[in-house]
Amino acid sequence: MLRYSFKRLISLIISLVIASFVIFFVIEIAPGDPASFMLGINAQPETLAALKEELGLNIPKHERYVSWVTGMLTGDFGTSYTYRTPVNQMIADRMWVSVPLAIYALLISTLLAFPVGIVAATNRGKTGDVAIMGATQLGIAVPNFWFAMIMVLIFSINLRWFSAGGFPGWDTGFFLSIKSLTLPAFSLALPQAAILSRVMRSSLLDVLNEDYIRTARAKGLNKRQSLWRHALRNALIPVLTIIGLQFAFLMAGSIIIEQVFFLPGLGRLVFQAISQRDLIVVESVVMILVFSVIMVNFIVDLSYAAVDPRLRSRV
Amino acid sequence: MPNISIRGFWIYRNLIFGFLLSLFFVLAALLSYVWTPFDVTQIDIANKLKTPDQIYWLGTDHFGRDIFSMIMVGARTSIAVAIVAVGIGIIIGTPLGLLSASKKGGWLDELIMRGNDLVFAFPSLVIAILITAVFGASALNAIVAIGIFNIPVFARITRGAALTIWEKEFILAAKVAGKSTTRISYEHILPNVMNLLIVQGTIQFSLGILAEAGLSYVGLGAQPPMPSWGRMLADAQTMVSFAPHLAIIPGTAIILTVLGLNLMGDGLRDILDPKLRNSRS
Repeated sequence: MLRYSFKRLISLIISLVIASFVIFFVIEIAPGDPASFMLGINAQPETLAALKEELGLNIPKHERYVSWVTGMLTGDFGTSYTYRTPVNQMIADRMWVSVPLAIYALLISTLLAFPVGIVAATNRGKTGDVAIMGATQLGIAVPNFWFAMIMVLIFSINLRWFSAGGFPGWDTGFFLSIKSLTLPAFSLALPQAAILSRVMRSSLLDVLNEDYIRTARAKGLNKRQSLWRHALRNALIPVLTIIGLQFAFLMAGSIIIEQVFFLPGLGRLVFQAISQRDLIVVESVVMILVFSVIMVNFIVDLSYAAVDPRLRSRV
Repeated sequence: MPNISIRGFWIYRNLIFGFLLSLFFVLAALLSYVWTPFDVTQIDIANKLKTPDQIYWLGTDHFGRDIFSMIMVGARTSIAVAIVAVGIGIIIGTPLGLLSASKKGGWLDELIMRGNDLVFAFPSLVIAILITAVFGASALNAIVAIGIFNIPVFARITRGAALTIWEKEFILAAKVAGKSTTRISYEHILPNVMNLLIVQGTIQFSLGILAEAGLSYVGLGAQPPMPSWGRMLADAQTMVSFAPHLAIIPGTAIILTVLGLNLMGDGLRDILDPKLRNSRS
């Protein structure tokens, strides 16, 4: 296990280094530097040079890359070209919206998918199963941002239960903040819940066909007992993997949902940064998103290997 | 026995229903090249925000443009972006997967697979953000972003399937006959993974439609005046309270197309890979 973890850790570090390299240099080839964009076309060469120096844009690219990466390791993401405030502070503020939103959506999708998947698997081939499979097929086809708009139409405009957008801030109280994240979280969770219920169902069906379940039944356990005591626990392994992987996609998906609900999260930050050519912010947000995907994959791999020793020999 | 026939019918029904749904939108897209009820670029403020009636079958938008015509032309954008993106995935990903499988355990295999993992860490939205930051927003960006995301998908699936085929006896026979690794990959392995690629292609096609809609919705994909379902939804957002049909209709078009492709993919998988039938149903 230790050898496997070490190999995965090395692979993780290499991935992060290459990812940071790709992100930095792809963005750095962008035509037009931020200083010229900020000062406009009538800028004096001296002013331009002064601003470039102030923003650190006159330093060679490879040196900027090294200082960006080493800065990130110490939590320093540099200074925003547009707002002249530390990027880490801007990102930290926005993370307080995006991360809780992704966690909230993950909770909802898990809470919906588990019972649905279990009911479908235990009623395999019956009306309930067919109906659930049909509904999940539809759920997968629904774009989350469209579902968000329909939720706004029903629950904000018609029923007036929730606000149509915006975030009051955590300092206004937990309940109000969670309430404003409820519709966005449900919109994000629905397609994920549809996928997860299908995974739950097929994983449970696989386990229910195993010999040890037959043995458990032969031992005298009834269907329900064998399900709860033996099948569910084993069926959860692949499901947990998918849940882990979904978190990363929920983080990326929240970028679109934030646009629907005007939430001040990472998504809005990155779109603003793109339009203002605040490249250092774009680089840092993209790096954080990619970092979260790589880290989640790493954790999932390790926990999976801890549970299933066969996997350790594969790397 | 009756169970088998009912199930056979069920599987067949998925495929037919999915195929017909997808075909409907493909035909609508093709037809839009020669005919649409109205010109989608024509602004007619006098007839703005009309609900569906006999003249405007699906109503009009805030500029008085016919929504039915926009859905037809929008299908063109969605389908074109998704097809090209799947093409990029297959054309680059499949040879990589074949190469990786033929060098199993070697440094090249390791390099390709780790490269795949790395590309996987960039969701298509993130790739689109990167490309837009550099080149600005366009439908081409959406194609490239979704296409890049598709490469590791096809590379992995090809490698996985190819590895089992490399163990077969007819491959040993081909090796004994003196065929090179590359020739075996293309003459024997590729035809045997084709079914899998067709099924995965259908699934990636549907994901591509969803991704294109999402990218266009946030302004990273198709730009005006090119009609796109995602952009129609973005335009509808501020008007959903008084003209909900502006949001409901393009959304339904996306759902039906994706549903059709998913059903078709499921149906194809059941027919092309009978081994999966028991585990899936």
